[in-house]
Amino acid sequence: MLSSKTKILQLIVTLSACAFLLVPTILSVMAGVTANYFKGISSGLTLKWIYRVWELYADSIFLSLWLAFACLICTLIIGLPAAYGLARNPGWLSRLLEEFISLPLAVPGLALALALLQLYGSMKGFRASWTFILVGHVLYTLPFMVRSILAVLGAMDLKTLEEGAATLGASPWQRFRDIVVPNAMPGILAGALTVVTLSIGEFNLTWMLHTPYLKTLPVGLADSYASMRLEIASAYTLVFFVLIVPLLMAMQWASARAQRIAK
Amino acid sequence: MTLRLTNTAKTYPDGTKALLSTELSVAKGEIVSLLGPSGCGKTTLLRIIAGLEKPDASSEIWFDDDNVTTLPVERRQVGMVFQSYALFPNMSVRANIGYGLKMQRLSKPEIDARVTEVLEMCQLQPFAGRAITALSGGQRQRVALARAIAPRPRLLLLDEPLSALDASLRETLRDELAILLRKFDITAIFVTHDQDEAMAIADRVAVMSHGRVVQSGTPEDLYRNPTSAFVAGFVGNAMTLRGRVKGSTLHLDGGVLPLPKDGTGQTVFVRAEDVRIVEDGPLRGKVETVTFLGTHYRIGLSGITAEGLASIHSGQTAPKVGTTVHVAVEPAALMLLPEEAGAA
Repeated sequence: MLSSKTKILQLIVTLSACAFLLVPTILSVMAGVTANYFKGISSGLTLKWIYRVWELYADSIFLSLWLAFACLICTLIIGLPAAYGLARNPGWLSRLLEEFISLPLAVPGLALALALLQLYGSMKGFRASWTFILVGHVLYTLPFMVRSILAVLGAMDLKTLEEGAATLGASPWQRFRDIVVPNAMPGILAGALTVVTLSIGEFNLTWMLHTPYLKTLPVGLADSYASMRLEIASAYTLVFFVLIVPLLMAMQWASARAQRIAK
Repeated sequence: MTLRLTNTAKTYPDGTKALLSTELSVAKGEIVSLLGPSGCGKTTLLRIIAGLEKPDASSEIWFDDDNVTTLPVERRQVGMVFQSYALFPNMSVRANIGYGLKMQRLSKPEIDARVTEVLEMCQLQPFAGRAITALSGGQRQRVALARAIAPRPRLLLLDEPLSALDASLRETLRDELAILLRKFDITAIFVTHDQDEAMAIADRVAVMSHGRVVQSGTPEDLYRNPTSAFVAGFVGNAMTLRGRVKGSTLHLDGGVLPLPKDGTGQTVFVRAEDVRIVEDGPLRGKVETVTFLGTHYRIGLSGITAEGLASIHSGQTAPKVGTTVHVAVEPAALMLLPEEAGAA
């Protein structure tokens, strides 16, 4: 008796939590495809708001995708050798460096953006270009890339594997290419998906760094909420979901896989 | 290939001396074992030969007529089997074995032919396409050996190649390894802390202690004519007979033993198989333990020497625990070695 009561209670709590999360989402999505939100669903369903979003904000969508891609390339170029260096030289100095790289996680994005503005704000060409936002995104996402690769590298006996390759005649570069990178792949993949997802969704820091001509996807979202009719803002949310949810799911899958290998 | 080391030593930056000045020569085709307890410097010596460790400035390492002392590991053409095997988890068995050949920039057909040949030699054909994670410990060990041997190295180095295996498997693979190494007809150095392993596989054993080679010789030679208490104790588990030496007799708690020669200033050692329980032996001792080992009994005796004495007894029955027995030792079976201050 008691167990069935507990089960019913558990079910109610779970369903309420789901409803709490899902109902606003569904309402918002519905609003995006409703002809007139104030008249309700009876006014009919339409895709015109989504077309409007495309007309108004296609630039933001492409800028965000481009930024995420560039950010991924930068974090790979910096993060992979950094993680490799940290894994090959364990010690207090490496621990300290790892913590230092991770600082942007603890510092609010606004503070980070302010620091960037103070330092580079006067360099007009740089301040107004997309690379300025890129620098912020790289700073913010780099720790995720480094830690993700480091976790996988730390779980294997990297030194002995490399020594094995060396006795077979592999130069330091060949060892890195043939042994280190392929074995770090699960960590690289998990890190890459995290970086792309975070870069596309980043608002905090980007809000401070953007210019009227350079609005990313989330900044555009805020803009549409503030200045467009509700249906357009809701349709924008729908577009954002369609872009970010598959990425999020892929990230979950890749992280779980990397963790399994790291064990 | 012949290997020659002169004045080779290794001192760590903190001043620890891992290896004292060592001279070592290995003839072409010879299989030499470096035997010693952990921390004796045997792995350091092996890693210096491989080029994985940088020796002190005075050291010289010669492969035939080439001075390789400053040559980096990837250009020394050595094959190495690691204790943990260090197989590449991102490659199949075939790719692991072919990696060294790929580094030599051989053509694909050449690599394939050599890999197939080595797979056959090591009886690994059924596993060629498998992932490393799908192999048992014994199979991994063979893949590690195959990978090291495939590029035809000048010298094969093995670092405790059997220690990662189960005890039951170790003995089978030990004999298999001895046969394979001879089939490869290669100069090989192999490090172990297990005297049985060293004796079974090597042509010559170099016993190491505290960073230096204390004695080097054939397994028989080391067993029968140890030159130090350490070698006598480590190879064949010789026991000390602690008593007073008077000329050519040894006075023990359990009686007097004749020595083969004047033993003044010497310590006397004996092995358990030379301690015989007989009715008219000159020594008297009390039976403390009796262990049945199938082919023989191992009997622990007290009252003869301070540290206790073991005897290998191969009768149908064994004396009972607590009884007093007579013990004899042939004078020729006693080993007289110079006393060592602070023996290892």
